[in-house]
Amino acid sequence: MSDQSTVFTRLPETDDEREDPERATREEVLDFWTERFGVPPETFDGYTFWERGAGKLWLYQGSPPSPVDIEGLGMTVLRTRQEHWKPTLEAVQRFGEHASKNVIHLDEDAARAFVAGEDQELDWDGDWGYLVVTHDLAGEAEPVGVGLYVYGELRSQVPKGRRREV
Amino acid sequence: MEPLDRYRPIIDDFEAFTDACERPLPSAVRVNSIKATVERVRTALTEADIAYDPVDWHDGLFVLPEDSPGANWPYFHGWIHGQEEVSVIPATVLDPQPGERVWDACAAPGSKTTQLAALMDDTGEVVATDNNLGRISALRTNTERLGATTVAVTHEDGRNHSLKPFGGEGYDRALVDVPCSCEGTIRKNPDTLEDWTLSHVEGISGVQKGILKRAVEVTEPGGTVVYSTCTFAPEENEAVLDYVLGEVDCEIVEYDLPLDHAPGITEWQDETYDPSVTNAKRIYPHHNDTGGFFCAKLEVPAE
Repeated sequence: MSDQSTVFTRLPETDDEREDPERATREEVLDFWTERFGVPPETFDGYTFWERGAGKLWLYQGSPPSPVDIEGLGMTVLRTRQEHWKPTLEAVQRFGEHASKNVIHLDEDAARAFVAGEDQELDWDGDWGYLVVTHDLAGEAEPVGVGLYVYGELRSQVPKGRRREV
Repeated sequence: MEPLDRYRPIIDDFEAFTDACERPLPSAVRVNSIKATVERVRTALTEADIAYDPVDWHDGLFVLPEDSPGANWPYFHGWIHGQEEVSVIPATVLDPQPGERVWDACAAPGSKTTQLAALMDDTGEVVATDNNLGRISALRTNTERLGATTVAVTHEDGRNHSLKPFGGEGYDRALVDVPCSCEGTIRKNPDTLEDWTLSHVEGISGVQKGILKRAVEVTEPGGTVVYSTCTFAPEENEAVLDYVLGEVDCEIVEYDLPLDHAPGITEWQDETYDPSVTNAKRIYPHHNDTGGFFCAKLEVPAE
């Protein structure tokens, strides 16, 4: 018997096709990116979405038969099965350029603190919750990761293994 | 250095060779075109005050004479990846095209895997296999940081690679950059020869033969396979090619490489190899001031 934690199951397209009531659908994933960050749904044309374990979604370009029991399938994109879905740093770095809302831009010092994993008090007029964090690099605003804004504070969500003193 | 003495008969200018092996090798980085352009990487390195030198044969490579890649903005964004100059060769020789299906038979830690994905504009599919879970973890970390969405990772021995998870489909191309005795990495890891034994070389040669054979088997007619090592030992290079020529239907073909090199050898000690192994290339450290490398291009005949 295979270990369920290594099995990838393709997301159903819509609610009609859903067998596991807790599993996200592709439609819900696209809605999440649109509603939360203004990322147009066509950004994900050509990609398939997969769930591995409980709630962790992956994005891939191919379409192997589902379920598939392997070690990795594209990149992690979103944590679901919790009240507030949480995008991954990697998904934000790759697709965050399409975000038009809930994007917070940091200056150089704040960006350094953010990637070092530090929480910082910052002014932010928008919604609380998960934000796309950007800073200037090579002449453009570049998405760098995910922050959680609550109680006047931007909490760095950079995973421990990814934190750097740049 | 003692194990390298056995190569005196096959290396021109052996003194220059051993001198080069004793010089440390500076770090190099490859531009990850999935996330950035060469121009933006240049700008970001300059902004970060990191000195970089161009590499004449590849415009997406930079040598960092003073720094190691790691703690800087372009690295954090996955715009660059630490990868030695010679390590960039096999994926460029394989030359995968957008939309193709490619197998990376010994993929971890993923430098070449992600380079394949980038060469394909991150379209198609790269199946990346490794037999070591710890190294697979490093591979996963690298594919994530570099933003590759086309890499599927399997944990298995490349000799027994299964096509089942992907519906049984074969590959357009395969990269076989096998585990080896790593003699050519001595400039980066000066103690790499400390544990050198002939029995290890001969043992690992058997593994290499099995993986290359499997790669030819799972590549569709008309497809391409590239075999590479970072070692000088003919037992792990020409002998592996010679074995596979006798086992499965394939040929070793000529290819261009804009780096100085020597041809594969047809005689080693008491062994002789198929004449077509001269189409393979031996890259010695004194040739281009790089690490050592071996690379061969194979074609599977069209039906």
